[in-house]
Amino acid sequence: MTTTIESKPESPSIASNVRGYAERVRGGDMGALPAVLGLIVLCTVFSILRPSFLTSGNFANLFTQGAAITVIAMGLVFVLLLGEIDLSAGFASGVCAAVLAILLTDQGQPWYVAVAAAILTGVAIGTALGTLVAKLGIPSFVVTLAGFLGFQGLVLLLVKGGTNISIRDETILAIANKNLPPVWGWALLIAGVVGYAAVQLLRARKRTARGLAADPISLIALRVGALAVLGGLAVYFLNLERSRNAAVVSLKGVPIVVPIIVVLLLVLTFVLRRTGYGRHLYAVGGNAEAARRAGINVDRMKITAFVLCSVLASVGGIIAASRGASVDPNTGGSNVLLYAVGAAVIGGTSLFGGKGRVLDAVLGGAVVAVIENGMGLMGYSSGVKYIVTGSVLLLAASVDALSRRRAAATGLG
Amino acid sequence: MTPVLELRGIDKSFGPVQVLHDVALSVHAGEVTALVGDNGAGKSTLVKCVGGIHPIDSGEYLFEGKPVQVHSPREAAALGIEIVYQDLALCDNLDIVQNMFLGREHKRGIVLDEDTMEEMAAKTLEGLSVRTVKSIRQHVSSLSGGQRQTVAIAKAVLWNSKVVILDEPTAALGVAQTAQVLELVRRLADQGLAVVLISHNMNDVFAVSDRIAALYLGRMAAQVKTSDVTHAQVVELITSGRSGDLGLTNGVPA
Repeated sequence: MTTTIESKPESPSIASNVRGYAERVRGGDMGALPAVLGLIVLCTVFSILRPSFLTSGNFANLFTQGAAITVIAMGLVFVLLLGEIDLSAGFASGVCAAVLAILLTDQGQPWYVAVAAAILTGVAIGTALGTLVAKLGIPSFVVTLAGFLGFQGLVLLLVKGGTNISIRDETILAIANKNLPPVWGWALLIAGVVGYAAVQLLRARKRTARGLAADPISLIALRVGALAVLGGLAVYFLNLERSRNAAVVSLKGVPIVVPIIVVLLLVLTFVLRRTGYGRHLYAVGGNAEAARRAGINVDRMKITAFVLCSVLASVGGIIAASRGASVDPNTGGSNVLLYAVGAAVIGGTSLFGGKGRVLDAVLGGAVVAVIENGMGLMGYSSGVKYIVTGSVLLLAASVDALSRRRAAATGLG
Repeated sequence: MTPVLELRGIDKSFGPVQVLHDVALSVHAGEVTALVGDNGAGKSTLVKCVGGIHPIDSGEYLFEGKPVQVHSPREAAALGIEIVYQDLALCDNLDIVQNMFLGREHKRGIVLDEDTMEEMAAKTLEGLSVRTVKSIRQHVSSLSGGQRQTVAIAKAVLWNSKVVILDEPTAALGVAQTAQVLELVRRLADQGLAVVLISHNMNDVFAVSDRIAALYLGRMAAQVKTSDVTHAQVVELITSGRSGDLGLTNGVPA
């Protein structure tokens, strides 16, 4: 998408694409580069120090460990794009999880009713936060800080002061604890790769037919090939038997959260990059006054961004409840919010608004999950883990701020 | 020939302060009308009245000879009046095509029709003989001041507009870029658009305009053909409201 396109339709080659990318990185637009490099370094270090890091069991663990935070981070991307922040997303996910658990366990409702109620709770929370920010003009930092405290209290009240509500519903438990049959993993991967290739080729053909500059076939082949290889390796490892005693219970396949995250990634990326709504989100984040003059309803953009953020927080809450098989006053608490904000920023979403992708949340979420998991395997205490994650967040924010300065200096953005 | 845009007897007050007194202005297609005046003379207020940002208190607003009411920027845009403000109102994080279509994107269903927008943007820029931008998919943040001005102007003419009002388009530009933008301004008029150029710079005014409208303390001191006046006369009109036979007598039109 961000490949350089010449105004006269001379088709860009791979070389010109690489040159364009190198230019952008030098100009301060690092994109996902820091997150990807960080991921490679972290994985290499942990694999050398702790061979158990590289087992398929641990690999599967990483996904379920990072899933809730990744989904919450996806929602935060929308709010961050506007240059706002949602500090209440963590406990908002806790409130939604508590609503889910109460309906499932205390009221005996079927899972779809509970899930719908949890998501509606997210809609209500987001509408309230967004309206306060947009209509009253209270800084989002303050509104959501109040939400952070308020929702923390609400979770406590909902779970009746510190007991925990366990979840026994099979469907909800399956989300973070069950796997796809191995064949399904391969089938979904093939469908994904073929679909991706088809979309890319069709777009290139349409653009060439209209005389517009299109990505060369070789570049498309490279992208599709990379997706196929990386996806293939992941599915292969996840399909290995990872039960200690395979005769008693077999444990293999892609965890069910993985396709959930992939679908969210695709849908939300489509919204951001291919719809008018997404375009207007970037515009408001880049220059709210220009957006207003272009006839964009800035207040409505803010409110909907907060609603999306809280809805995704509720999905994160459901995943967290599934993984823990229970909801307690700490669900969505402690480090969840900071990890989620950290994931978005580490992935390359700017805290200054106007720059960010849903993919950032996934890459950043992977970095956070790898740190958490690897440090755990190394036997470090929670204290050390917090300090390291905090440092990584600070590093990511510095990269963001520095690349902004650099971009301003070189005139690239 | 009827002017595209004609104002007669426009009054505008903000509370007790009357900013515009009985202002008349006519803007013709195919011409550049320079709107000059000292700071506080009412240039910006007049332009905002034309653009529908401020409602006028009294007076006639004629568009293509017919009286119209303009209450919002959208209504002005619907008539074909586009204003390029000094701050340009571009989003740095979007590319040229995205900026040009901001708020009026072409869509197929819910999906943005990028290809059509790219074609139209390219055609518009080409029609303006803009060859200074390398790629219309580059972010606006990477453009120079003159290129940004060009994009803002191209955005204004993309919509088959009839009147384009430019608020000090050369104020922040260097010599070469100023020349580029003035050339573009001239080309807009030559293509049949009515252009209103607000400027403080007499050189710019004399370089491109066909007519000069001089405001003095909220009154239209004179509207003259550029070829009929000298530099010094215009400066006099701006600073004292009159120059020889031209202009206001004792602060009111003769």
